[in-house]
Amino acid sequence: MGCIENLPYEMILPLGASFKECREYVEKNFTEFWYVDPGYKLFDEYIIGLPPIALGIDGARIVFPYTKPCHGTYLLAVVDDGEAARVRKTARKKKFPEVKW
Amino acid sequence: MWWPVYADGAEPMTPAPVLPENALLVLGCPEVPVQQALALHISYHLHRHGTEVLAAGNPAVLNLLKVSDPEKRYFPEMLVLETCIGEIVEKRRDAELCIVFAHSDAGISYAATMRHLLPAARLVVVIFGKDPEPLSAAAAFPCEKIVEKAVHNPVQLKRKINEAFGWAA
Repeated sequence: MGCIENLPYEMILPLGASFKECREYVEKNFTEFWYVDPGYKLFDEYIIGLPPIALGIDGARIVFPYTKPCHGTYLLAVVDDGEAARVRKTARKKKFPEVKW
Repeated sequence: MWWPVYADGAEPMTPAPVLPENALLVLGCPEVPVQQALALHISYHLHRHGTEVLAAGNPAVLNLLKVSDPEKRYFPEMLVLETCIGEIVEKRRDAELCIVFAHSDAGISYAATMRHLLPAARLVVVIFGKDPEPLSAAAAFPCEKIVEKAVHNPVQLKRKINEAFGWAA
């Protein structure tokens, strides 16, 4: 899984979770969650998926979906103070801001 | 640029104005065999009309295409998918036509990503595999869908692709 594979990640939802399931899990299980669009860079990787993509944060722990062509989508958690702060600064609270098709 | 010649020896005509100058083919995991055959088929037709084609996928699918196309006639340029997405995000690459192959939820996610990153492109999602209908329903974003149950036999899907692009069989 590229750079993210090298991080000490925790698997929240295993392989086979749909993107919708990942978003719903984050919205249901985290009091702090943020939204980003596909192409948002997290841990030096571009996040892909159906917008809006929900990221959960619990302190310094970031929960995010990660998709690979051969494997599908996982929901992972990685602890990183710096990235959590960056998400809080650059992501949005609103689910549907200005998705332009 | 390589310019194909048809089997009957005819030279390609002036490119049709509706066809784009460049196209991006986004390929999924190569576990479903029809994908690579159809990617070559699409690239053949696009090249025939003067469209430059870039194939993006994971290393496994790119290696399969490299083996099938040793002279790089159909795929002169290939990129690992993550690199391709990065270049599009950073506005270093664009595409007028984007064709995404999707036989899994991951494929639909990549198609949605391309819709978001290439809002002006014609996006065609080729949805196939053993059970394509739920995937088609999940692709609830603006795109053209070509949907067919296909794993080993590409014929029906090829027919639908030809219809969508106005290509002769």
